[in-house]
Amino acid sequence: MTENNELIRLSAAALAEKLAAREVTAVEVTQAYLDRIAAVDGKVHAFLHVNADEALAVAAEVDAIRAAGGAAAAELHVLAGVPIAVKDLIVTIGQPTTAGSKILEGWNSPYDATVVERLRAAKMPILGKTNLDEFAMGSSTEHSAYGPTHNPWDLDRIPGGSGGGSAAAVAAFEAPLALGTDTGGSIRQPGAVTGTVGVKPTYGGVSRYGAIAMASSLDQIGPVSRTVLDSALLHQVIGGHDPRDSTSLPDPLEDLVAAARTGNVEGMKIGIIKELHGEGYQAGVENRFNESLELLKGAGAEIVEVSCPNFKYALGAYYLIMPSEASSNLAKFDGVRYGLRVLPEEGPLTIERVMGATRAAGFGDEVKRRIILGTYALSAGYYDAYYGSAQKVRTLIQRDFEAAFAKADVLISPTAPTTAFKLGEKLNDPLAMYLNDVATIPANMAGVPGLSLPGGLADEDGLPVGIQLLAPARQDARLYRVGAVLESLLEAQWGGPLLDKAPSLTDAAVSSHGGSH
Amino acid sequence: MTDATLSFEEAMEKYDPVLGFEVHVELNTKTKMFSSAPNVFGDEPNTNVNEVDLGMPGVLPVVNKTAIESSIKIGLALNCKIAEKCRFARKNYFYPDTPKNFQTSQYDEPIAYDGYLDIELSDGTMFRVEIERAHMEEDAGKLTHMGGATGRIQGADYSLVDYNRSGVPLVEIVTKPIEGAGSRAPELAKAYVAAVREIVKNLGVSDAKMERGNVRCDANVSLRPHGRERFGIRSETKNVNSLRAVEHAVRYEIQRHAAVLDSGEPVTQETRHWHEDTRTTTSGRAKSDADDYRYFPEPDLVPITASREWVEELRATLPEPPAARRKRLQADWGYSDLEFRDVVNAGVMDEIEETIAAGATATVARKWWMGEIVGRAKNADVDPGQLGVAPATIVELNQMVEDGKINNKMATEVLDGVLAGEGTPAEIVEKRGLAVVSDDAPLLEAIDAALAAQPGVADKIRGGKIQAIGAIVGAVMKATRGQADAGRVKELILERLGVEG
Repeated sequence: MTENNELIRLSAAALAEKLAAREVTAVEVTQAYLDRIAAVDGKVHAFLHVNADEALAVAAEVDAIRAAGGAAAAELHVLAGVPIAVKDLIVTIGQPTTAGSKILEGWNSPYDATVVERLRAAKMPILGKTNLDEFAMGSSTEHSAYGPTHNPWDLDRIPGGSGGGSAAAVAAFEAPLALGTDTGGSIRQPGAVTGTVGVKPTYGGVSRYGAIAMASSLDQIGPVSRTVLDSALLHQVIGGHDPRDSTSLPDPLEDLVAAARTGNVEGMKIGIIKELHGEGYQAGVENRFNESLELLKGAGAEIVEVSCPNFKYALGAYYLIMPSEASSNLAKFDGVRYGLRVLPEEGPLTIERVMGATRAAGFGDEVKRRIILGTYALSAGYYDAYYGSAQKVRTLIQRDFEAAFAKADVLISPTAPTTAFKLGEKLNDPLAMYLNDVATIPANMAGVPGLSLPGGLADEDGLPVGIQLLAPARQDARLYRVGAVLESLLEAQWGGPLLDKAPSLTDAAVSSHGGSH
Repeated sequence: MTDATLSFEEAMEKYDPVLGFEVHVELNTKTKMFSSAPNVFGDEPNTNVNEVDLGMPGVLPVVNKTAIESSIKIGLALNCKIAEKCRFARKNYFYPDTPKNFQTSQYDEPIAYDGYLDIELSDGTMFRVEIERAHMEEDAGKLTHMGGATGRIQGADYSLVDYNRSGVPLVEIVTKPIEGAGSRAPELAKAYVAAVREIVKNLGVSDAKMERGNVRCDANVSLRPHGRERFGIRSETKNVNSLRAVEHAVRYEIQRHAAVLDSGEPVTQETRHWHEDTRTTTSGRAKSDADDYRYFPEPDLVPITASREWVEELRATLPEPPAARRKRLQADWGYSDLEFRDVVNAGVMDEIEETIAAGATATVARKWWMGEIVGRAKNADVDPGQLGVAPATIVELNQMVEDGKINNKMATEVLDGVLAGEGTPAEIVEKRGLAVVSDDAPLLEAIDAALAAQPGVADKIRGGKIQAIGAIVGAVMKATRGQADAGRVKELILERLGVEG
């Protein structure tokens, strides 16, 4: 292992310390990651665009400020010089933003998303844009118009979705941190299947301005990292009120980093959601889940069982609300102002026909499926039965959470029912694909925060299992408090981070890893 | 193809009209409804836009608080109830003037509802128009269809789109069906739109210039046989953008509907386009209640809450209601009831107020507007305010007359010059050589000639019948082609004849 290889395996928190102590320069760190991307991304395909020049320029700026010392150096953000990857659903000046779709191929945003502005303000070098299911619609990143991302644990398997690119980049040591977006589990489920940490903040906790909307009432930007503390550090950068997002919470951000550093579960009530484990969950997933419960119990937490009877309607309601909003949000992609424009091959060139030809050519099947579903659900005569009923289910899910949080401080479940499945395995079975998000969707429906952290490897396939923690709205700090404890207990058991067990991607002999069957 | 029409009288004999209006008011907020881009009329296309107005990927709307305030004020002035909590919705349809391919508009939760407006007709009759709702929405961009004969999208070679207007805050005021207007329907239509325009202008929430589209009216008309309760099928004439046009469009549609019904055919439910040149409408888009815009609550915006305290605060800032204002203005100006009603009916009350504010007396302002400008506007087929006479012009003209530089006859000539775009009154007097002849010599010459030509009249004056002087003055004015100051002529005649004036 080269020295640079050690650098890229450091957590963001550790990197930040080394940078602050001037043991390493931001340019060295950034270059190490760019080298790693060059070495392994041909296999992983986590990135759609690599932003080397700008990243190195920002790193050099940080180094110059540190070298000059004084007030400017003292005022540098703790993560200054720590590189980051950004999901390609989030708009950036100076780099293309595709949303994983042909319809935006080559489009450059004239403005930065609020979260990107905040990354720039913290002087975090942006390594590039990561792959995703087209418009974040999918659970496997196979629906990207630019080809799938591969799971670093087994290149034949999916990295989860929609944020498979961000999770795989972090898992493959191509970035210490990444931004994701989570509408029904797109941060947490990829985190689970790649052995990384992912957080969906409370709805409104992070500005959505500049995240290309799929379902406005469900979307949330959040951190992707290798440790719980790293997610807290990044969450602290991107979170907080933004006047450009009307749904952004006015509350000042809690000290999430402190919560992660002072994790403690002593006397805490942790609720197992009856409906989110057991039947339909892979045995290895259940085993790791139960193990985590034992560890938490041993650390002084009280494990209680809660019931959320309406969660069984969550998936169905989600697949009405999400496509309804998406059908409207994606209407703007029509070839008139930006992006792809396709002229019909025959017949008159009317505006409607150009819009139709553009959308027919520019959108992939899953996007079309959801637009059609949503258009149908919102149609006159169906609205009450579909969209209206789904909103009522949403209220019921919120009440289930309220009742559950009256009994428990945080809730716990497996993040996904299974470990990573094989690429192509569920591509022609949308319903099976949708079922992957059964445990993550309720949090989006209710707007509550959720965190997924690695729970170990499943016995049957040796692939990562994710543990999900859920907290009441605006109580994101609890996730970090509990997550940090569980992480340290698990790592003590494993003798180090779970990702140490992942195959080396630079070892020529290992092109595909099937786990220990 | 022109549609058949019945005479208005015959239509009224057979049918009872039911009206309805949707008046769109553009608010004059500094920025747009949902973005920080400037809300300015008439700039270079696509300059008053940002990423939000262009519907770029990732953008989010933020509601303009001033627009909410303005909307509440309009609601209060229309005697509406103000919703404590209301939401925006998305109206989904694909059209290139709407960059998101949906319009953010209030739908089933308007900010103001259940109001009324009492309208005074020309003879003083009061008519109550019930207001169904006033809701907020955003304006669309402006399409210009190039090539093709009609200026419509059909047949155009290509279309240009200007998004400067995209996102401009609008309040749409919708009436309940207006029944019982009978033959006063066209007049009521005009008076109603004039009243709404007056309200939003006085509130200061809109520039209220119809010629700029600040106030736009869609007029719904249907007919039913006298005595039937059920409404007939309506047409909706879009974008009728002057007060006179509103009156004419309603009158025309009544006549057209009557002819259709007389032929035994059903009226088509559709939008109609108004043509000012022919004063007719033509068929637009078929419109049915089944148009499916797939409305749903706008998830990017939180509900708007209007606390009762806030509403009362805003109510306290409202200017005096139009009826009270009229009463005050009439008293201030000293006009008789008849004079004032004529002013109101001619639609020049605001103009007279502005002219007085610019320095004219109430009498002078009325003289010019009612005596000169209203007639010219009628001939030109425009609203008097749109003729292009600035209050300052009237003040300047009147000052010239009072200074004896020109006489009244010349002043009207100068007014014509101003309207023809020849320049300022001073420039026109100069260019047209319209100065009053103040040198006595040529006047005395003309007076002597006139006295010599009418010796009998001269004798009468000498004998003390001074009122006979008019004949001599007339002859002098004729000889000087009107350029003499009649007062000075009179003095000189008396002086010549040795008579005390």
